[in-house]
Amino acid sequence: MAKLSKKKIKELEEIARQIRVLSLKMTSRAKAGHPGGSLSAAEIIAALYFHKMRYNPADPKWPERDRFILSKGHSCPAQYAALALLGVIPIRELNRLREVDSMLQGHPDRNKTPGIETVTGTLGQGFSVACGMALAAKLDGRKHKIYAVLGDGELQEGIVWEAAMFAGFHKLNNLVAIVDHNKCQNDGYIKDIMDVTPIAEKFKAFRWNACEIDGHNIKEIIGALDKADKSDKPTVIIADTVKGKGVSFMEHKPEWHGKALPKELLEKALKELGEI
Amino acid sequence: MNKIKGDLLRESFDECLPTRDGYGKALEKLAKQDKRIVVVDADLASSTRSLWFSKHAPERFFYAGISEQNAVGLAVGLALEGKKAFVSSFAIFLTGRAFEIIRQSVCYNNVPVKIVGSHAGILTGKDGPTAQATEDIAIMRCLPRMNIIVPADAVEAEHATMFLGDFEQPCYLRTNREPTPLIFNEHSYRFEFGKGIQLTDGRDATIIACGALVHIAIEASRELAKKGIGVRVINMHTIKPIDRKIIEEAAKETKAIITAEDHQIIGGLGSAVAEVLAEENLRVRFKRIGLRGFAESGSPADLYRKYGFTAERLANEIEGLIRSI
Repeated sequence: MAKLSKKKIKELEEIARQIRVLSLKMTSRAKAGHPGGSLSAAEIIAALYFHKMRYNPADPKWPERDRFILSKGHSCPAQYAALALLGVIPIRELNRLREVDSMLQGHPDRNKTPGIETVTGTLGQGFSVACGMALAAKLDGRKHKIYAVLGDGELQEGIVWEAAMFAGFHKLNNLVAIVDHNKCQNDGYIKDIMDVTPIAEKFKAFRWNACEIDGHNIKEIIGALDKADKSDKPTVIIADTVKGKGVSFMEHKPEWHGKALPKELLEKALKELGEI
Repeated sequence: MNKIKGDLLRESFDECLPTRDGYGKALEKLAKQDKRIVVVDADLASSTRSLWFSKHAPERFFYAGISEQNAVGLAVGLALEGKKAFVSSFAIFLTGRAFEIIRQSVCYNNVPVKIVGSHAGILTGKDGPTAQATEDIAIMRCLPRMNIIVPADAVEAEHATMFLGDFEQPCYLRTNREPTPLIFNEHSYRFEFGKGIQLTDGRDATIIACGALVHIAIEASRELAKKGIGVRVINMHTIKPIDRKIIEEAAKETKAIITAEDHQIIGGLGSAVAEVLAEENLRVRFKRIGLRGFAESGSPADLYRKYGFTAERLANEIEGLIRSI
């Protein structure tokens, strides 16, 4: 476990900021995509790829790597940004998001994009596949970990609980789920559409370790990830986040779930993020 | 006429075994041969016969519980990590309930998971339409990258499963619950993926069949032989990719083609053959035998009689087609 200095925290915060900037730019350019959930997951993705995970950007298929599965696949702009910052994909490719013949599909595609472990985008499937990967690692006595990032709205899918039941029963302690709990889904607020809370209690009932943290606090995220290393059960980290985090007029607004910023709003947003 | 190719077919069709047993037998061999093989089942391993695998490799056998969607997802995760993954349950639950997982995480993702659905067709019998998968071929056939195998007997099922052990593409294998006649001699049978097998000679008509309809087709050809009508029977064990060449030859060399399958007539073997005939502009009398709706509970024999899966019916249809020329 790498030591977390103040300098490192600052670095990771800056990477999260860059993930936000790139996510907004690429979705605006594509005139499509899911900026809201990309912004809420920025610190989680920064902490995993740039600190926690054993990962070699020069060899994204390195067998010993920790696996990252974005089960809430629609937030892939944030993952693409991270992969570009790591140099796994060329940064100029971000300009071709969602275009014909692009390596960057609207949702993650392992056959087109280096660094993607499995196709996600229909909710719940990535988590189930992550369970299978954790099981394979156990079977072979391999030490790498599997990190799956889920949306809170995603928890409404039945397959999530099928997989959670399996992982808890089989004590897959090499599996860590991080729930980006931003309280919004496509059509509105989760509490109005189909409340998924209490989340921790649900996972605990399925024999998981559960903890709740501030999902925009790097130190808390890494603290929770480090703690998960010592668990004898799978761990879920419920990361309290803000949809559209970092841009005042996007925060807590479900309407920015699946809509790109038009040009004038993009400029306003980039100013707030200190980019221009 | 009606000369059987070599000693491929058995002298008599008295001995019966379900095709699911062929799957189970092959899994037992694979368990011992290949440490990379893993099997996921829902809660029907004794029925699908995947339980036979667990006797030899319990550490590589997993119950997902009654959760077919997660069963497929687990198999995908295992396969992505280098395992050779089979997932089995009743055909209707896998291809129906877990359809979207199969579409995205298996086919679109391009992961070589083997989907094995047992209790296919009305041959499933008394459990009734809820357990009888009769649309599974159609819904698997439309999926890009998916391959489909429907064995005609337990010998073929065993050989097909052994083939799948090393097959590096997604595949759907369809098996049955009810014992059906063993038609192939084990020592002379060879499974060739994507190649239909001509079982009888004949110049008057062709029956292209799969699964349990193959032995019925052979019976029909033998009945018609007594009347001087020569029927070529083709066992189309691979529905996708379909063997276009054997269909073209049948269309050119015989006067009529009938397809026979324990499945809805829409989207299955009959549709696959019709597509080839139409695209290749092959003019031949043509008829599909299959289901035209949901069936009901009943013994497999009674259901096969009621829904027209008998040698008599096939023979009558062929006579009718030939007369109309």
